[in-house]
Amino acid sequence: MKRRGPKQPGFRRNRNPLRWLLRHAQNAVAALGRLARHPLATLMTASVIGIAIALPSGLYLLIDNVRALTGNWDGASSISLFLAEDIDDREAEKVRQTIAARPDVAEARLITREQALAEFRQRSGFGEALDLLDRNPLPPVVLVRPASGAASADATERLAQDLQRYREIDLVRVDLQWVRRLEAITRTLERGIYVLAGLLGAAVLLIVGNTVRLEIQNRHGEIEVVKLVGGTNAFIRRPFLYEGFWYGLLGALIAIVLVVGGLWLMQGPVQRLAGLYQSSFSLDIFTSGTLLGVLLGGPLLGLAGAWLAVSRHLARIQPE
Amino acid sequence: MIRFDNVAKRYPTGREGLAGVSLEVAPGELVFVTGHSGAGKSTLLKLIGLLERATRGQVWVNGRNLNRLSERDVPYHRREVGMIFQDHRLLHDRTVFDNIALPLVVAGMGHQEIQRRVRAALDKVGLLGKERSLPITLSGGEQQRVGIARALVSKPPVLLADEPTGNLDPELSREIMDLFLQFNQVGVTILIATHDIELISRLGRRIVQLREGRIQHDTGLAA
Repeated sequence: MKRRGPKQPGFRRNRNPLRWLLRHAQNAVAALGRLARHPLATLMTASVIGIAIALPSGLYLLIDNVRALTGNWDGASSISLFLAEDIDDREAEKVRQTIAARPDVAEARLITREQALAEFRQRSGFGEALDLLDRNPLPPVVLVRPASGAASADATERLAQDLQRYREIDLVRVDLQWVRRLEAITRTLERGIYVLAGLLGAAVLLIVGNTVRLEIQNRHGEIEVVKLVGGTNAFIRRPFLYEGFWYGLLGALIAIVLVVGGLWLMQGPVQRLAGLYQSSFSLDIFTSGTLLGVLLGGPLLGLAGAWLAVSRHLARIQPE
Repeated sequence: MIRFDNVAKRYPTGREGLAGVSLEVAPGELVFVTGHSGAGKSTLLKLIGLLERATRGQVWVNGRNLNRLSERDVPYHRREVGMIFQDHRLLHDRTVFDNIALPLVVAGMGHQEIQRRVRAALDKVGLLGKERSLPITLSGGEQQRVGIARALVSKPPVLLADEPTGNLDPELSREIMDLFLQFNQVGVTILIATHDIELISRLGRRIVQLREGRIQHDTGLAA
């Protein structure tokens, strides 16, 4: 459309930033007022958005909590070395020193046969049965804590295999299979939640987009007249964008209520379950940035959905 | 003020709105555009208000070549051209006041200035006291006055009216025409499309007669 030629007089444009801010504030309030005029319809739309947001964010919070839990077990990825039965305490101490000197070992602690017996007696409740034995059946044990560089499940496993080669060591036990499984499960679930969040985010876009599209259709005549009297596209777009924003924010607030309520309902059973594992674990709702993400992401999605609808449909409305 | 250089407009449907029109309207002039329906009256006005764009030739309004205005400029151009329609095009869920205030709101004018200007416009068209009414409660003539007030409230240098008296009886039509004559006296350039030859011939103003997209007769300034 633009052609070369002599410059022609431009139009005066109103660029007063204070006016601009004021107009945005007016638009924001007006859009909220329009939504408030149909409270039931607004609440329904916002609830759909809220549920769509609550589902992935609630699940994500759960996973986040589980991950924090497994993180605590990092120190538990220790290796137990059961020494050969014919090794006495002095030789066992020598083995301990050798192993402790390795660079991939942070700490090696010896449990002598007597200590092991005492502990066993105390913990197992088989004390009397032990008295019947004529000698201590327990081997000395060296507990190995891998150096922090070798603390991952894979590295620990490699270290364990390496230790297996010592003649004095009878049995190497690494008890991290279940930690690895839990890790794998949380990772899978996390990926699943991302996929779910993506899908439901798209759903929110479509919900807001469709709601705004209907609103644009309802106000078709008004848009035409506003264009006739010189309303810019930005002027026409603004109220719809604010509507999308409010839908998103309301949805996010509903989502937070749903998530907090849901986790609160789960709190009791989770604590009981944790109690069974001698853990004082409880669901923490507010540590991660999830809630903040919801509070920011909701309005952003609403805005984006409105923008989609507006950019698709406004251009088509032209006065005749 | 307005200049057409061999302007043609062909609609996507193939219908020819204008087939080559050259026309010059001086600032402050009042011009009636007549002709049968389909002769190109509406097309002529739409090209000035940039409701349509010319397919050939050049349209100049207020010192600007409209062909060279981008889509972004269109709203600003329309603020300098007040438009009045046969069907009024009012917003029926808004009061008379809000309808008339619309061009000022769109232009980002302050609240007090809007109050003042809308009152003045209402006064000019004789509707003071009706600002709280909804358009639907007004008569056809009154609704047309609201449309006129909306078109002139932002004091545009150019006013376009497409069959402004189309639905009105002769008495009301004359009143509306009198309004336009008053605005013209304060220097507004006005183009009015109408087929009410009887009404306008007595006014002794310039008349441009269109036929099949061309100017068939132009009485010129001297008329």
